[in-house]
Amino acid sequence: MTEGVLTALTGAAHTARWPRVAVVAATWEELGDLLAAGTVDLVSLWAEESVVHAALREGTATAILSVNATQGRFPSLGRHHPPALRLERAIQDLTGLVADGIPDGRPWLDHGRWAGGTGTSYEFLPVEGEGLHQIPVGPVHAGIIEPGHFRFTAHGETVVRLEQRLGYTHKGTAGLMRGADVSHAARLAGRVSGDATVAYAFAFALAAEQCAGIAAPARAQWLRILMAELERLANHLGDIGAICNDAAFAILLAHFGALRERVLRASSAAFGHRLMMDAIIPGGVARDIAPDGVAAIEALLATLHHQLPRLVRTYDETNSLQDRTVSTGIVRAAWARQFAAGGFIGRAAGRDFDARRCGAYGGYDELAFDVPVLEAGDVNARVWVRIRELEQSMTLIAQVLQRLRAAPWQPPIPLPAREGEGVALVESFRGDVFLWLRLSPDGRVAACHFRDPSWFQWPLLEAAIENNIVADFPLCNKSFNCAYSGHDG
Amino acid sequence: MSKLLWQGLLAPLTEPAPLADAEATAALRALGRELGAATRRRLGRSLAIRELDAGSCNGCELEINALSNAFYDLERFGLRFVASPRHADVLLVTGPVTLNMREAMERTWRAMPAPKFVVAAGDCAVGCGLFTASPVCVGAAEKVLPVDLRIPGCPPDPTGLLRGLLSLIEANQ
Ligand code: SF4
Repeated sequence: MTEGVLTALTGAAHTARWPRVAVVAATWEELGDLLAAGTVDLVSLWAEESVVHAALREGTATAILSVNATQGRFPSLGRHHPPALRLERAIQDLTGLVADGIPDGRPWLDHGRWAGGTGTSYEFLPVEGEGLHQIPVGPVHAGIIEPGHFRFTAHGETVVRLEQRLGYTHKGTAGLMRGADVSHAARLAGRVSGDATVAYAFAFALAAEQCAGIAAPARAQWLRILMAELERLANHLGDIGAICNDAAFAILLAHFGALRERVLRASSAAFGHRLMMDAIIPGGVARDIAPDGVAAIEALLATLHHQLPRLVRTYDETNSLQDRTVSTGIVRAAWARQFAAGGFIGRAAGRDFDARRCGAYGGYDELAFDVPVLEAGDVNARVWVRIRELEQSMTLIAQVLQRLRAAPWQPPIPLPAREGEGVALVESFRGDVFLWLRLSPDGRVAACHFRDPSWFQWPLLEAAIENNIVADFPLCNKSFNCAYSGHDG
Repeated sequence: MSKLLWQGLLAPLTEPAPLADAEATAALRALGRELGAATRRRLGRSLAIRELDAGSCNGCELEINALSNAFYDLERFGLRFVASPRHADVLLVTGPVTLNMREAMERTWRAMPAPKFVVAAGDCAVGCGLFTASPVCVGAAEKVLPVDLRIPGCPPDPTGLLRGLLSLIEANQ
């Protein structure tokens, strides 16, 4: 760890990447000020029984602070730092602990329907002004997408305020992991958000291996990166097409959709499952790449190299498309910084962070790749970051295929049953997935917490849509593509 | 530019139709929810589908979306996704029905005109999948609505989804 306030807060220099240090309430309060000042980034915030944990980053230094909730209460960080708010509301819902001084204590994941409840009415924030009207949308949306509720307040065609209500897909996944054996919990981790199943399984495996004090075999490490980059390709391709479709340019959806399908087919040929669910397991990977898998992926790369440039040119040269995407749904750099927003949302608004580089996990430090960063923060910038990331994923895949040749197959390493804690930060296509895991002495899961990148992206959508027209919401929303299930847990 | 745009999209990608799942067709017929001749005439070989995520991980949605790509081209079978339940003949449900989605699911179904079918897609909607022990999930779709057809898989792949949906058309002929 480098010197800094985080080091001062945690008391000493630590060798672990994510040292976890118990602090007193006064230090926790101090943390609130540091977060508000932007000195320290909030990576996640969660609780188990009577302890609240905050994962933090300051430059390259990372740490977890833990505070005891005395008599079920802990000082609210959200009071000083809005990005903590929804996480604190979720803590209140899931554990019954109270965040003292929380400025918005409305339930978040709990809709009053658990344990026999029939639902409570939800107070949306008041919006007052002449000529305003409200448009409620969801939880069931028009398209084939996940459920959530959007409450728009509009003035004529212009959105004055958007308020989101989420939690509809809460499945109690972290709760189901408690007491489960590691392999079952890994499968659950792979179903937090289906589109990022590889990233979540990757994060879970890394954390579990850290608990157990082992590392996956070399070939498994390369195969994991291969899967993670295939997943990124599939999602970026599908989403770029869908964004163009929401800007009424359907032909690019057809082309990008076909390319996405090709990625899924190559993934299936290589790993036996189109989304590669359950292919990454703690200790390694479930099985080696299929004999014809490498050829399938090489053929895929050739197709992409051939087809992508002309599709990108079409995107770039079609005025009617640019007219919709340029200067629409702007995320300001200051917001991205404040919320430590990851993924292409942060990187399209000047936040130069990618867990693959900053965390250098799982072998990425041995590979050459760029992290594209743009400043404009609009729909167009988010599309361009993803286009550039497609290119980077393709070079990463080519490098990994090379490495595989010199790394012979080894079966997964069984995890010794032992007590421990582990942390992983894995870059999903959407941004950094944070996962913390504690195993009990019998090797079962004592507790697990995962934080989807969407937690710090959803609130920015509320801000970015302001002063845009209602008709541009689907376009903005698609350009964010935040997770619902990933967020709701 | 238009030539460039269509290149490679048309003929070569779209694949031959998979066969309807004969077992599912037979099971559907055995269900005895035979439609009257008049209704059958009205539906013809065309079904409008309203997709409903009742708490899925979104994996099922990815594959349902894939049905519309050039390889599967769902609409050539007379199957089409619609935005409003009022226009739908089929409710295609995914996910282990969370307590937070139950009411929305029931209301969507009630908004659909009869005759209507419910299809449970994916292991979660078919049998609650990995979420069986969850205290915040209702469980399989059939715990909430009468399910006509089940398409298992985690997630079911597009071919599996297509075969299931085609069997629904076959059973109604
Ligand atoms: S069946 Fe599988 S892919 Fe579908 S919602 Fe359930 S866990 Fe996700």
